Amino acid sequence: MTSEWPLWEVFIRSQHGLAHKHAGSLHASDAAMAVKNARDVYTRRNEGVSIWVVRSSDIVASSPGDRAALFDPAQSKVYRHPTFFPMPDDVKHI
Amino acid sequence: MKDTDRFEFLLRFGDSALVLAQRLSEWVGKGPIVEEDIALTNVGLDLVGQARMWLSCAGEVEGRGRDEDALAFRRDAHEFRNALLVEQPNGGYADTMARQFLFDHWHLLALKAMEGSRDERVAAIAAKSAKEVAYHVERSTDWVIRLGDGTDVSHERMQDAIDGLWMFAGELLLPDAVDDAAARAGIGPDLAALASPWREAVGAALAEATIAVPADDWAQRGGRQGRHTEHLGHLLAELQFLQRAYPGAQW
Repeated sequence: MTSEWPLWEVFIRSQHGLAHKHAGSLHASDAAMAVKNARDVYTRRNEGVSIWVVRSSDIVASSPGDRAALFDPAQSKVYRHPTFFPMPDDVKHI
Repeated sequence: MKDTDRFEFLLRFGDSALVLAQRLSEWVGKGPIVEEDIALTNVGLDLVGQARMWLSCAGEVEGRGRDEDALAFRRDAHEFRNALLVEQPNGGYADTMARQFLFDHWHLLALKAMEGSRDERVAAIAAKSAKEVAYHVERSTDWVIRLGDGTDVSHERMQDAIDGLWMFAGELLLPDAVDDAAARAGIGPDLAALASPWREAVGAALAEATIAVPADDWAQRGGRQGRHTEHLGHLLAELQFLQRAYPGAQW
């Protein structure tokens, strides 16, 4: 048994935010404690209305070594940006 | 209710919040883990805010020109009206959490009862504080259960902490003439009426924590009348040093 508490990633939805955003990480022995700790560490200045926590070890990340293969091909494909369409002014969040 | 009684009544809430906040501040930078260090300090800051509201209200009722700072920094131990429980030393983390747990449950019940106070200002302070204290209750209860129902070592430490502090908790539920006057006037809580919900809430949490409720209910009283344990003077020495050495200092 390790004596270190596991690491958790914290996501906070702010007052006017639409989606939860990554706020940082913290240590906690279980999910319930992680939510409490997140409340105290990341929302003490009135930042949030909702908290998600997830075990850092449960996050699957892309490998930095694959960066070129994964992302470089998108650089030369300007036609994938929807900038060729006129957007009505009333349409938000796009 | 006489103004002198009302002053005493307000001091009791203000001083308990202030003294407990000072105790919690002693943990700053020494918490068992940084997240807990921040969380406990948040609780302390909540209590400082509550102490300010109670003491500034008390100063106005007293009418001798003393503001919250004068009351916090220029009174001696025998003039403090905090409960004996909150001045007890921090000890280990189990001791700190047990003290918090016993106080928080009483504190929330008392504040809830005062939300309907006939004194509008008391009602407003109680309503604002109760929201903060509801979270304090959740946190300290959680820790009592985690440590009590944890390892053999954490269980033993929590049981020792509860056993050691129990004699100081009873005072919170023993009304005197000032409490009776406040309750009769519809300003303060009926302390005796808080006893059974307090026992129920504390008992349920301790059962879940596999901690035995101490059998001996003898209670040391006196803090709320100004008769304190030897610990308060030392606490005040640290709390008040700057204003005693440099009266009126500001920065």
